[in-house]
Amino acid sequence: MLVALATLAPIAQGSGGFVREPDDAATNCVAENTTVCVGWAIDNIDRYVTPTLQHLEMVVLSVVFGFAIAFAMALLSHRRRWLVPGFTGVTGVLYTLPSIALFSLLLPVTGRGTATAVIALTLYTLQIIYRNIVTGLSNVPGEARDAGRGMGMTDRQLLWRVELPLAVPEIVAGLRIATVSTVAIATLAIFAGAGGLGAEIYNNITFKTGIVVCGAIAIAMAIVLDALLFLAQARLVRWRRQTPTVAGPPGRFAGFFRRLLGPIGARP
Amino acid sequence: MTTDAPGEALEVEFREASKRYPGAERLAVERLSLDVPSGEICVLVGPSGCGKTTAMRMANRMVEITEGDVVIGGRSVRERSPSQLRREVGYVIQQIGLFPHRTIADNVATVPRLLGWNRERTAARVEELLALIGLDPELAERYPAQLSGGQQQRVGVARALAANPGVMLMDEPFGAVDPINRERLQNEFLRLQAELGKTILFVTHDIDEAIKMGDRIAIMREGGKLAQYATPAELLMAPADGFVEDFVGADRALKRLALMRVGDVDLWQAPLAHVGQASGEVRRKLVGAEVPYALVIDSERRPLGWLSDADLARETVPARRVASADPILDVGDVMRDALSDLLQAETQYAPVVDGGGRIAGVLSVEIISEFLSSDEALVEEHPAAERPHA
Ligand SMILES: Nc1ncnc2c1ncn2[C@@H]1O[C@H](COP(=O)(O)OP(=O)(O)O)[C@@H](O)[C@H]1O
Ligand SMILES: [Mg+2]
Repeated sequence: MLVALATLAPIAQGSGGFVREPDDAATNCVAENTTVCVGWAIDNIDRYVTPTLQHLEMVVLSVVFGFAIAFAMALLSHRRRWLVPGFTGVTGVLYTLPSIALFSLLLPVTGRGTATAVIALTLYTLQIIYRNIVTGLSNVPGEARDAGRGMGMTDRQLLWRVELPLAVPEIVAGLRIATVSTVAIATLAIFAGAGGLGAEIYNNITFKTGIVVCGAIAIAMAIVLDALLFLAQARLVRWRRQTPTVAGPPGRFAGFFRRLLGPIGARP
Repeated sequence: MTTDAPGEALEVEFREASKRYPGAERLAVERLSLDVPSGEICVLVGPSGCGKTTAMRMANRMVEITEGDVVIGGRSVRERSPSQLRREVGYVIQQIGLFPHRTIADNVATVPRLLGWNRERTAARVEELLALIGLDPELAERYPAQLSGGQQQRVGVARALAANPGVMLMDEPFGAVDPINRERLQNEFLRLQAELGKTILFVTHDIDEAIKMGDRIAIMREGGKLAQYATPAELLMAPADGFVEDFVGADRALKRLALMRVGDVDLWQAPLAHVGQASGEVRRKLVGAEVPYALVIDSERRPLGWLSDADLARETVPARRVASADPILDVGDVMRDALSDLLQAETQYAPVVDGGGRIAGVLSVEIISEFLSSDEALVEEHPAAERPHA
């Protein structure tokens, strides 16, 4: 998808306003603004490259930071179970904070820009990633844990050689949900003064074609990132492929579209 | 054992060992004293929840001892760190517990890797162990879920044997497999033990398995109390109290069959016949024979099948017969299994072959029932591993 965008970019150089070429049909379509102007979108795709890359950057950074933090929290609470309710509670509260509220809390401290957006998005990912790591670790079969100990593994060896590898399916499932929802929520980064596809939409909020193109790019981005994580999981969890009980989260696509569309209408 | 000399089998002693779980009112194991001589199999048996697993796990400190001590090879288990101790004591856990994310080879290599063996030594040991348990080397790169229950069980045993421990703990090792495979695994394991001579603590709730596998049996009762510690024959002959008697069961005489092999009794002889032999000759041999049917054998004296009356009505012994020789028993078979084979096949007689597959005699239901009603039903004792099983 991104490769396709990049190859299209040089064709459409030196753009000015909405309309690059005096094409009557396209001009009329854009001026009327009643339907999606496919011809115009193809001719002007270059204007969406930068917002797309900004969007992608925010998503990747947020998920990576979110994973690092959630992983550390999960390891910390793994042998100190009493920490789990506290951590779940804190990440849960963060998750329910309206993004506008969170941005306005952060803006005085971190200023307008990508950093603020990434901090907020990172905080949103914590809940799902943390909970999935904890679930994954607690779903490790008791026999496997018992066998590891019985063979003489230390706690640390047990964690890295048995528990974490067995938790990989749940951990990756968490990353996938976090990634897809971050693609959606990152459209709100405009309110933190960051760019991305959301900024592109809000700056031309009445332009139907622009909204549709940005939406399509976001959906494609979510699908591609989700597929990459899925492939990574398939490689890491080869041992599980033969067992029949592998199932993705039910109704994943329904949830995906809801998450993608939900925030635009309801969240702010 | 080419890559590693067998770890010396060590004596295991429980000295008034007790366990109380935190918050529990009762002791899970109460002042357990047991002496397991090196190289022997001691079976802990008793009803569910009586403390067998707890007792066994005190020996590798998976359960911390509340009072008393467990001494392995003259050294208290408390003298080593738990992880050090556990690498020296083989452990086959209840439910097998293979690591699902690791290949068979990696599973078996668990303890050697923890001990820091180098790659070649580990690989050689894995190969050797897979051969020892009779697993196809092609399965080495498979994952546990791709193996049958019986194969997984063997791998569990191989994994416990990997670093050549002097002592093995086996918690209901054959509990998760079906009865037919269980019998096969038991026999295989006894053959292995005849070779390895480990000191083994073996937990089961099945008295028949205990009688079959044990050189000694510790019968435990509710609250982790030792009811009797004796050899299987002693246990069957002289139960210490009502509890043991009930637990062993009313069919004690029948259970003695588990302690002997088919070759231990005087077998009957059936008239033998060859394909192509004149039927008249065979009919004459049948008059007054111990077994009223003739058995067809090949040139190497291997049984081929029984002759029916219809077969005998022909001129010569036909090559195709109506009745197969099955079940064919081995002189090394456990008598109890032989009896169950006979009953299952709904047949009176079964040919018995020697190690080379040659006919050695015929076992009949009658021989067994006569034997049971006689006093000699208690035969001399063989160590479990030397009671050969097919
Ligand atoms: N980790 C534990 N914590 C508390 N009680 C336990 C624990 N493990 C076992 N018990 C209790 O100790 C008793 C003996 O259990 P166990 O040794 O597992 O018996 P068995 O192996 O003979 O079935 C049971 O009453 C059981 O409930
Ligand atoms: Mg148990």
